[in-house]
Amino acid sequence: MDGIDIVGPQVAVLGGAGLILLVDALFPQQRKLLPYIALVALAASALWTTSWVSRDEYGAAFDGTLMLDKYAVFFYYLFAGITATVVLASIDWVDREGRGQGEYYALVLTTCSGLMFLSASRDLITIFVSLELSSIPQYILAGWGKDQRSSEAGLKYLLLGAVASSLLLYGMALLYGFSGSTLLPEIATAIRDGGEANRSLLILASVLLIAGFGFKMAIVPFQMWVPDVYQGAPTPVAAFLSVGSKAAAFAVITRVFMEGLAPKFLSDDWSMIFAVIAAVSMTVGNVMAIVQTDIKRMLGYSSVAQAGTFLIGLAAISAGGADEFTLGASGVLLFLAAYAFTNLGAFIAIIAISQKLGSDQIKDYAGMWRRSPLLTLALGICLVSLTGIPPTVGFWGKMYIFNAGIHADLAWLVVIGVLNSVVSGYYYLSVARQMFLGDPESEEPVGASPALMLALTAATAGVLVFGVIPMPLIDAARDAVATLAIG
Amino acid sequence: MEGFGVNFAFWTLSAVTLGAAGGVVVSRNLLHAVLFLILAFIGVAGFFVLLSAEFIAMAQVIIYVGAISVLVLFAVLLTPRAGRDNGETAMALPALLLAIAVATVFIFVVNDTNWTTVAKSPELATAELGTALLSTWVLPFELASVLLTAALVGAIMLVRSREEEAEDALA
Repeated sequence: MDGIDIVGPQVAVLGGAGLILLVDALFPQQRKLLPYIALVALAASALWTTSWVSRDEYGAAFDGTLMLDKYAVFFYYLFAGITATVVLASIDWVDREGRGQGEYYALVLTTCSGLMFLSASRDLITIFVSLELSSIPQYILAGWGKDQRSSEAGLKYLLLGAVASSLLLYGMALLYGFSGSTLLPEIATAIRDGGEANRSLLILASVLLIAGFGFKMAIVPFQMWVPDVYQGAPTPVAAFLSVGSKAAAFAVITRVFMEGLAPKFLSDDWSMIFAVIAAVSMTVGNVMAIVQTDIKRMLGYSSVAQAGTFLIGLAAISAGGADEFTLGASGVLLFLAAYAFTNLGAFIAIIAISQKLGSDQIKDYAGMWRRSPLLTLALGICLVSLTGIPPTVGFWGKMYIFNAGIHADLAWLVVIGVLNSVVSGYYYLSVARQMFLGDPESEEPVGASPALMLALTAATAGVLVFGVIPMPLIDAARDAVATLAIG
Repeated sequence: MEGFGVNFAFWTLSAVTLGAAGGVVVSRNLLHAVLFLILAFIGVAGFFVLLSAEFIAMAQVIIYVGAISVLVLFAVLLTPRAGRDNGETAMALPALLLAIAVATVFIFVVNDTNWTTVAKSPELATAELGTALLSTWVLPFELASVLLTAALVGAIMLVRSREEEAEDALA
């Protein structure tokens, strides 16, 4: 395995981005083709990943800075899928906006490559550069609309993101100063050898890392940007942020803490931090979501609550033995995939509906069932899945993660999680009630373009199919986690 | 790091850097703040020299003192309507307390840690730095160039006016 083959999936995506910019500049009449070039690039990337899987060529590359394992492959597929759905969901909006079409798709693809690198890097420098590679295009995309709301979203996201990055760098610098290496396995060795005497430094470094990644994960107390950015950014971009960068942040934090900071004396400490943040995030996110009248803001707060649920899986990791570890981490992966399908589905339905309505207010969704049965049904299924009710994939994600929590003696946290699921059921299902039972203001039907319908069908089908037959997804998550080297 | 000269240089540089950093926060005029920032950057470059990392010190001077500070100055000068006032804010006292708390934690942790130190400062030849960048760290090195390209594309998109974009759409 050498040369370009190692980074093939990312090169395919970045090549697509370059091609899009070229086509946009040289053949402005062919702008309609741009999203399809992006889709082809993503398909090529997934094919390349598949070719590795079939060759079974896993292993470290670039002197250990990049790790190609099943864990990375899981996320490569996930990110290619998420980005393809986002591209499909963007076509209408970008067409209507009319400007910067090539740049838009190119930046979306660049973000995707950054997310992919993030899930595979095993070295602090590579992690940081990949994080910036995925973040900076997203700051720009959040401000794409150029109206006041969108500019505010972009600026807020940029400023808070810069602060988070600096905290992350601080934590990384402390780890490097202590261990003399930026490679996670070497950091793990240094901690095993002399970590116990330097616990204060390691705890401070862990806290700083959690703060830095926590911004991307959108957990309390790093969630201030979430509602404003979700509301202000273009809706396809908000969907991308809510799913893509959250998944990447969880991918990288799981790898960093498992491969680098796992010794028992330390993992007990950070697992407690995760447990407390999980409880606070779930509660704050849900309570704030109840009072929202704007559906994008509501989904923003709900994504904070969902991030809290993911953290139960991380908190469960340190309970001991390899079993608990696998259970906790694979729960995070399973739930991430479930959440990706579900949240993308919900956002796409909202894109379609708000295009017609010109409003994101929940009260305007009343009686949507009579105006657009298909969209309403899909959104309803996604809301049910977000609550965690069978037969949807959200149920399996939540159940798996709660199960991991119970195995790790975190019953109190699981109780808080279940109570929060009930609370979240209230606001998710009250939207569904509005849509199915409310009285519509007009009978005018609400349609969606073929691209949106395709993306929506794919997401909803994922929610239902994996809700009925969850085993393939669960197995994939378990296999992926099994390849992580526990430091 | 022995000897009076090194110690003297260290404490002087520390005083200059910290003082300048404080000046950035305290000065009321935005231009003065930028000038203090440049002084702080120079102080940091001095630390690199003290650690026998001459190349990094030079890069610090060229990039931070040279390029980035000039960029900040231009940004201040080209936004005349925004005013030059660094402004009062109600958050000054909480921010000060927070900064003191953070500094206390860091000082405690830094004292509490057994740092691994080397007896002799390593010879950090520029050639070796270049080799490392293009062998072990070639991936982040190349990623940084992709990142800069993306940032450039995005910056152009954000600063273009509506009229320019309309012309572009007609083309």
